[in-house]
Amino acid sequence: MERREAYDETTLVVDPARLLEACRFLRDEEGFDLLSDITAVDYLGWGEKGVAGYFGTAAGRDLNAPGEQGASVHSQGFGRSPEPKPARFAINYHLLAVVPGAPRVRVQIWVEESRPVPSVIEIWPTADWHEREQFDLMGITFEGHPHLRRIIMEDDWEGHPLRKDYPLGGEPVRFSGDE
Amino acid sequence: MAVTERPRIYEGSRIPSPIPSMLVLPEELRGSDEILQVNFGPNHPSTHGVLRLVVDLSGERVVGLRAVIGYLHTGFEKNMEQKTWWKAITYAPRVDYVSFQNNELVFVLAVEKLLGIEVPPKATWMRTLLAELNRIHSHLVFLGTAALELGAISMFWYCFRERDQILDLFEMVTGSRMHTRYYQVGGLAEDIPKGFDPEARKFCEWMPKAIDEYETILSRNEIWLERTQGIGLLSADDAIALGQSGPVVRASGIDWDLRRDEGYLSYPEVDFDVPVYPNGDVYDRYKVRIDEMRQSTRIVEQCLDAMPEGPWIADDRKVVLPPRHELHTSMESLIHHFKIVTEGFRVPEGEVYVTVESPRGELGCYLVSDGGPRPWRVKFRAPSFVALEATATCMSDALIADFIAIVGSLDTVMGEVDR
Repeated sequence: MERREAYDETTLVVDPARLLEACRFLRDEEGFDLLSDITAVDYLGWGEKGVAGYFGTAAGRDLNAPGEQGASVHSQGFGRSPEPKPARFAINYHLLAVVPGAPRVRVQIWVEESRPVPSVIEIWPTADWHEREQFDLMGITFEGHPHLRRIIMEDDWEGHPLRKDYPLGGEPVRFSGDE
Repeated sequence: MAVTERPRIYEGSRIPSPIPSMLVLPEELRGSDEILQVNFGPNHPSTHGVLRLVVDLSGERVVGLRAVIGYLHTGFEKNMEQKTWWKAITYAPRVDYVSFQNNELVFVLAVEKLLGIEVPPKATWMRTLLAELNRIHSHLVFLGTAALELGAISMFWYCFRERDQILDLFEMVTGSRMHTRYYQVGGLAEDIPKGFDPEARKFCEWMPKAIDEYETILSRNEIWLERTQGIGLLSADDAIALGQSGPVVRASGIDWDLRRDEGYLSYPEVDFDVPVYPNGDVYDRYKVRIDEMRQSTRIVEQCLDAMPEGPWIADDRKVVLPPRHELHTSMESLIHHFKIVTEGFRVPEGEVYVTVESPRGELGCYLVSDGGPRPWRVKFRAPSFVALEATATCMSDALIADFIAIVGSLDTVMGEVDR
């Protein structure tokens, strides 16, 4: 486990296998009795040129920045070379202790695609819909969730819209020269 | 850590198991002729948007409940990833179209936290003021529609009369009645107009009388009391386990308000009370909101008194648009204007989670920036989404007639649920 402080916020990076243990400890011993939010973040293409997840598919073009993309071509001289991330997906659990001062902590786990994550629904029942939402929009599987089904998109929807390789709009176009 | 004693509204927990947000029809009742399945919504006036609830009834008693959401999903979070930080502010108020100022606020506060930009005091006070006007606005919409659904039609007209006055004030300040987009990163988009102060004071003088009127109509109304008291119980422990916040937990006896306990904007400097009621029923949720409207009026008055002179936006040319008149004379300003509008400003790499007390409870905004001109990830922690999860717990053993009162009392806005 690793502890980071940034922007006055505490982040605890936890091994996914010990997530439940860490969460139980934080709730029972440290008093973080309210789970405020669960957010998964897709870091596919983080810090690379021609980042997928802008307009079009990964191989397609970015209509907001035609031509070459990435930091080096921008003229203000702010090179963009963010810290590399340990895995594709980060899942953040924002915890709150309902006591004056409102102490908060962010529990963060890192997983690769298709690796299931233990469900915290036993610890905080409110995780039910949060986990279903992240399953639906990000494609994170939560092991031990009793009703892991799509919640926002239709049941037969294909793909997970908030992933960076999911196109924002339009259909892929095949030109006559392409094979 | 010492566990604070919370009032017990009922013994034990009523959260359904194993699925906390769903009442599953018991095995022995499945396929029985006794059970009537009713499809409530998605288009029904009392769903406050487009919510579908599948209800299993045994006689008049609710024995099964399943919420189906997503009909208003518009992909705000995905869209905001494609826009510059500057343009993305426009999306934030549309997430919850009843408490737009608060949604705008939480996003702008989060961006400012990443940028580390200092906001002038005038902007902070004005944001506090508008957030409170917006809270009154939101509670008026709740009160009007919740009473309408239970048959008190005249309440709707009374509430919308005052709501219109608030919208007039918004129009005066921001130029639009809803989705104002008045907050800029670094302060406010425009200075406060001269006529605002007297008009807002007139409103503050009138509002307590209007609230007295609402209470005359409802608080001792036999029908209203019968239909709201002891209905839709939610205990303090269950509310916390279900992640509830705002008026819902305050009606369950938990003395909790982010404005006081987290202290953002100018709230530490103003004087207000946090209403807490112990019964955890529909009536107490109504009472909390009525009292909050009175407190919000008090805060608005104090903001007007304390409103300082000075600039309304920070003077940081890398983030804030230069004043309009400079564009004609200063090349430097013209370049900055052009750069901010076309390319957007850059926000340092990092992640933040910022929360405010919206009219519906804890509204959070989680941002990830990669150091570029666009957000990498935006997530709104929507209090309505979480409130709707508590429906099943509040509805255990309820009658079909109470059902609308309970859904209404959780005050969900579907735009925010589905985002």
